[in-house]
Amino acid sequence: MNAGRADARIGFIAFNTFREAVRDRVLYNLIAFALLMSGAAILVGEISIDIERLVVVNLGLTAVSIFGVVIAIFIGIGLVSKEIDKRTLYTVLSRPVRRWEFVVGKFFGLTGTLVVNTLFMAIGVLLALLYTAHKFEKMDEWVLVALYFIVLQFFIVCALALFFSSFSTPLMSAVFTFALFIIGSLAEDLRGFARMSHGVGGMLATAIGYLVPNFSALNVISQVAHGDPVAGRLILYNTLYAVFYSAMVIAGAVLIFQHRNLK
Amino acid sequence: MARPHGTPVDHFPFTFVIAAAGPFPSSTHNIAYNSFGDPCRSLGVNIGFKRTTMSAIEILDLEKSYQVGFWRKREKVALRPLRLTIQEGEVFGFLGPNGAGKTTTLKLLMGLVFPTGGSARILGMEMDDPRVKSQIGFLPEQPYFYDHLTARELLNYYGQLSGVAAKLRTARVEDMLERVGLMESANVQLRKFSKGMLQRVGLAQAILHDPKLVFLDEPMSGLDPMGRREVRDLIQQLRHEGKTVFFSTHILSDAEALCDRVGVIHQGELRGVGAVVELTSQAQGKIEIIFCAQAVPAGLTQLGAEARVSGDMVNAVLPEKQQDAALEVLRRERLKLISLTPVRKSLEEYYIQNMRPMEGPKEENRKGVGV
Repeated sequence: MNAGRADARIGFIAFNTFREAVRDRVLYNLIAFALLMSGAAILVGEISIDIERLVVVNLGLTAVSIFGVVIAIFIGIGLVSKEIDKRTLYTVLSRPVRRWEFVVGKFFGLTGTLVVNTLFMAIGVLLALLYTAHKFEKMDEWVLVALYFIVLQFFIVCALALFFSSFSTPLMSAVFTFALFIIGSLAEDLRGFARMSHGVGGMLATAIGYLVPNFSALNVISQVAHGDPVAGRLILYNTLYAVFYSAMVIAGAVLIFQHRNLK
Repeated sequence: MARPHGTPVDHFPFTFVIAAAGPFPSSTHNIAYNSFGDPCRSLGVNIGFKRTTMSAIEILDLEKSYQVGFWRKREKVALRPLRLTIQEGEVFGFLGPNGAGKTTTLKLLMGLVFPTGGSARILGMEMDDPRVKSQIGFLPEQPYFYDHLTARELLNYYGQLSGVAAKLRTARVEDMLERVGLMESANVQLRKFSKGMLQRVGLAQAILHDPKLVFLDEPMSGLDPMGRREVRDLIQQLRHEGKTVFFSTHILSDAEALCDRVGVIHQGELRGVGAVVELTSQAQGKIEIIFCAQAVPAGLTQLGAEARVSGDMVNAVLPEKQQDAALEVLRRERLKLISLTPVRKSLEEYYIQNMRPMEGPKEENRKGVGV
């Protein structure tokens, strides 16, 4: 890579962020997760009759989602603020690195970490599925789609954590990001409520319903657990939505960070 | 000589130099009309033209203040308008106590904080020009680094960010590790490094990409005498390589030993700038006479001398105007004169004097510091 180019510098920063996460033993939780999933699958296999697959997919994918969101928030909230507090940022920004390159590099480093994380956790889920059903079926391919949607959720959560981290303390960033994750998971309900409401309350609910990230559209866990297929159009829409939403949030983070005095 | 701000420095290859008068060799770059056309303090009488190098740093009324307080906002001035020019190849010491504005100045120049007013040019480019960054090196005060990396990995990472080509990078990293004496610890994670070792890593990363200009914020801070000596040697090496070094310190002996010029800053205000030799050579109006005797001659005491006897030697300090009369006393008493020297101000005295509250209007104070 040629560091005279912005993409190369972003790549270096992303790789360093990934390397930091790996060396800080964040990915060690994967071993714990794989063991947990195998144990849960064996237990479920023993106590469930006919619904082993449903329980394993539901339990497995929900665990992947929660573990990933916790890791995204845990690492994401410190990505910028920790660099300012520890002053590691000084020696980076005194080089030919633009502030937006730093933010974007950090984002890709974190999402890269989560993609690898999810890959390992997905293997745990699939092994558990194989243990309970003894073979893979055609409908199991929708589990992969659900996992893909979970990764898209992580993209948005990472962007939000990074956004709040660019101007707030780690604790407040964690609170804001987690709150948005919860509200976003209820976005469809909020939009439904907005449709039924009128006046200022209705307008407010509509605005919030469309402003918060729509995590509920990215959650097809229950659907695939029942073996129902996911429409190709939804895959396209969700991909575009996650990319657009993350890009907007990162642009906001860059805008704030661009003008921030690093005391 | 005044020119509009923004005119390329290359158009001003000449500066108007007034060499300092006095017993010491005059410095060629300490007193000059700089390329901003600032009137500068003159101490001497020998006037001439001399072709000089380009200014490495030109700071024009750079200032910084912060809003503090949650409900009732009030302004806290971190740096009052600062006007300063550093020539290429110069080792410049920025002196001041903690909280004086040294680090703020460096952060402004590095683009880590944004100025409230004023501007600066580094190596002929605006300070926010991205091209500047590949030609400067920076060591922050009490540096922290990614402690999950080894020294070798960290230097390689910074080399990547600085745009050092892959082939050259490996050699540069090894060279730097050797130069700062960290070859044996090159594969140890930085979390296991001592403060002194981190400072060495900091110095290595600052000069890794062979910058023209190096900023060092308190480079000797927290180092043992051996470490301080090594940093001093490194700065001397940089000088010999023709690099410009701008370093902040509150250790006066370091500044005295290393710097061509120093600037004294206090409470965000530049209190004085000049060559070390020039600042410490300002006569006090007194002379010191050392001569062989076992007692102080009565004639000297009558002249107002403060004398002390040390073995067979007498050390007497008296007003300069009494010089001839004092020598006459020694001749009359047939005493052997060892030395007669004007009493000079030490850098410490100069520093202490500039730490006092300023008198007179601010504008007047600023006129004397625009070097």
